[in-house]
Formats: sequence, structure tokens, C-alpha cells
Amino acid sequence: MTEHPNAVLLLFLAVALAFPLGMIGVAALWARVFQRAKPGALKNSIYECGVAPTGDSWIQFKAHYYLYAILFLIFDVEVVFLLPFSVAFTGLPAGALLAMLVFILLLAEGLVWAWHRGHLEWK
Amino acid sequence: MFDFYFNFPLWIRMPLQGVAVILVLFPLAAACSMAERKICAWIQDRPGPNRTIAPILAWIPGMGVLQRLGLFQLAADGGKFVFKEDPVPGHVNKLYFIAAPILAMIPALTTVALVPFGAYLDSAGRLVPIMLANVDVGLLAVFAVSSLGVYSVILAGWASNSKYPFLGSVRASAQLISYELSMTLSVLPVFLLVNRPGGQGTLSLVDVVAMQSGGWHGFAAQSWHGLWGVFYLPVSAFIFLVALFAETNRQPFDMPESEADLVGGFHTEYGAFKWSLFFVAEYCHMIVGSGVFCLLFLGGWNLLPWLPLAKLAGLLGVANHPLLMGLLGIVIFLGKVAAFIFFFMWVRWTIPRFRYDQVMKIGWQRLLPLAIANLVVYALAIAWLQPRTP
Repeated sequence: MTEHPNAVLLLFLAVALAFPLGMIGVAALWARVFQRAKPGALKNSIYECGVAPTGDSWIQFKAHYYLYAILFLIFDVEVVFLLPFSVAFTGLPAGALLAMLVFILLLAEGLVWAWHRGHLEWK
Repeated sequence: MFDFYFNFPLWIRMPLQGVAVILVLFPLAAACSMAERKICAWIQDRPGPNRTIAPILAWIPGMGVLQRLGLFQLAADGGKFVFKEDPVPGHVNKLYFIAAPILAMIPALTTVALVPFGAYLDSAGRLVPIMLANVDVGLLAVFAVSSLGVYSVILAGWASNSKYPFLGSVRASAQLISYELSMTLSVLPVFLLVNRPGGQGTLSLVDVVAMQSGGWHGFAAQSWHGLWGVFYLPVSAFIFLVALFAETNRQPFDMPESEADLVGGFHTEYGAFKWSLFFVAEYCHMIVGSGVFCLLFLGGWNLLPWLPLAKLAGLLGVANHPLLMGLLGIVIFLGKVAAFIFFFMWVRWTIPRFRYDQVMKIGWQRLLPLAIANLVVYALAIAWLQPRTP
């Protein structure tokens, strides 16, 4: 008896969701029945190495992270296109291989461009 | 023998298998954490945790060995996770704060279903892989599910509403996406070899192991067919290894946690059971990542190069017993995974952590060009060397 593997995966996903939920529920129940939480001003404060927290925690951070995210989006989509290529490699004519090499060249060119512009340097 | 089990409907069997996986993975992850502390202690020339013992068991002879191995320390730590107060600080976004560790566990547990961990010969003499969900897309599904783990990191850092977790999560997500590219590119040559002209189009990890076992679909056996991937794809193996360290946030790439400058990274504000979920998820990722590496480059469940499982089982006389042969395969595979996890820990306690700019430089300016060049070289070489059919 065989079943569709995706159905297996879906049910497994449900188990993977149910398990941590159940465990957190049990831990919460234990805390509610046997040891009530004892919150305090210090326990509730933001952790900053024992120093009183200064200012808002919504701080400015480097915009450079966004550049990496955008670069990743571009390259990842191209890499995803390479996966079907590697599967179809078995019956591929020479022309298709050439086309794929041009595609990889475009990918490399994008990398060279970003490198040249200094977007890959962490400043 | 086990037919009655396979006659159960799917919705009964799958939760049972899920529970079985959890029952195997959680002790494995716990054992890994203990092994980590012990190995770190031995590398630093100190005994490590060796004091804890349950008083009611102390009279049994032989308990001293377990005590010195730190087994009771492990049990005590595990118990503390459940029984300690689980603080939810006042400044966090409660829904996302609780959702983040759950979201960390889901990909960690689900990827296990996609990894084959053994094989046996059925009555027709075919090699059947032992795995929970044999999906067509194989490795792509592993990548797709495991890369969802980045959401839990972002969510945990954002929901904590605190500076260090926030910085840790931003760093971690940038690192994770950077190395994902090199990782995916590094496995493409493996599948170019599996799907080389005349082969069958597949992304399945089982076929990668079949390639390394020597039994190759539709090809006359050649002398190098029994060899493992690491020998004819060394660059791929190296890139995958480095990217694996970065993806699992292990030491040389320990950016998200980096105890020295971010105290605890994205899970600074977490405690008790929610923190342990992050912890277990990290070790699960490590176990699954080691497993995928063993399947891709270290021959999966084959004991030695040119000694595939089927041959070994024939030598030992267990080829006709699916159960024994399956167990043999699982033991060999788990042994390789354990050795690989030891390697993880060895590296962690030997190599100092990179700076963040170095991490980004290695990822984008070293590994990515290397992976692209590697792919082009192997695509051309395999196309050039393909068996020419008249």
C-alpha cells in the first residue's frame, strides 16, 4: 500500500506543528497549576547587560542589509532556474547547454557588477 | 511481519511515525548537547560535567561511569527546561514571541521526513530506501523546508522588542540567505552527474546514493562508479561543508548568537521551554544537515567505497532479511552522521569566530564565485565526456 508522498509530508507538517504547541501548552499548564509566574519590574525589563536600557529598541540599523537581501532575491531566482536544468541535463542538446552557459554568464555578470560597485563590501 | 502496520490508514500511521521521529530526534539532540559539552571539555583539557547523579540510583554499581559521562546532568538540564518559570517579558509582542520557537521547530522536524536513512532489498531484489516521504523533488524539498527556518529567527528578534535580539536576528538572516546561494549552487554538479546524458532526470537523494553505490541506471559499470562523491566532487563538498556550517549557525559562523558582542543573539529574551525549542531546532538542523552531506558526498549507507550496502549484506548473509539489512544500513548511516557531528564540534572548539565583514566576504566574494566556476567546469566536463551514442 503506497500513498502520495506529499500527503505524508502534509501530515508530518501537522505533527511538527502540533508537537511544540502541545509541549508549550503542557509547560504553561504546569506553570499555572504548580508555580504561578512571579513577574517583577526587573524581570520584565529589556535585557541590556544589566545596564538600564536607554532609548527605544527600534534602533536604526545598517541599510546595507537591504542590499544583500535584494542581491539574494536576484541570484536565488536564477539559481532556482538552474535546478530544472540539472534535472533535464540527461537529454539536453548542445544548444541548450550553450544557452544555459549564457544564463550562468549573466548571473556571474551580475555578481561582477555588484562587486565592482562595491556592494559586496561590508563597510 | 509488519503487514498489519501498513494496513492502518494513513492518518493513523503518520502521527505514529511523527511521534517516533520526535522520540528519536529529541534524545539525539539532547545527546548532542551533552557530547558538545564533553568534547569541548576534553579539547580544553578539563573533565566537563561529571558531578550530577540521582541519589536514588547512586547505589547501583556502574552508575559512576554514567555520572562521569554527565548523563544525569543531561537529564537534570532537560527537566529544568519544563519546570522552570517561563518568563514572557512585558515589552514583547506576545503572539509572535510565542510563535517564533514553534516556527523554528516545524522545519527542523519536517526535513527529517525527507531524508532517507537506510535501505533494504525487497523480495524482488530491488533496493528500497527507508524514508518517510519519498517526494520526487527530494533535495529541493529539503532546501525549501529548511530555509523556512529563517522566519523564526527574524520573528524572534523582532518580537523581542529589544536591541540585542534585533541585531542578532538581522545579522543571522543576512548570513543565512547569503550562504543559501552557495549551498544550492554547490549541489548542482552532483545532480549534473546523476542526470548526465542518458540517465534519468531526478532530484532524489536516493539516486545520489545509488550513483555512489556503483549500481547506475542504464550504464555499464565503470571502475570509479563505486567511489564516493567527495572524491570526484571535492570543490562541491567543500563549498557545501562551509555553507552548512553557516546555515546551522555553527561556530566559525556563530553570528546570530555571538555571545561576546550580542550576549545571546536572537533568543536573548527567551527562557525555559521556548528557549529549549530553539536549541533543539538548531541541533535537529545539524543532524539533518550532516545526514544530507553524508548522502550527497559520503556514500550514504554504504560502508566503504566499492563496498555498497547490498554487497556488504551479501557478505554478512543478511541480504534476505529486510529487517536486519535495514538495521545495518541505518547503523552505518547514523555512524557517519555521528562522526560528522563530532567534526562539527571539533571545528567549533578549534577555530575562532569570524568577524561579520569576514563572514559576508567569504560568502559573497569567495564561495559564490567558486561555486559558479565549479558548476560551469562540471557542466562542460560532463557534456564533453558523455558516452557518445552512434
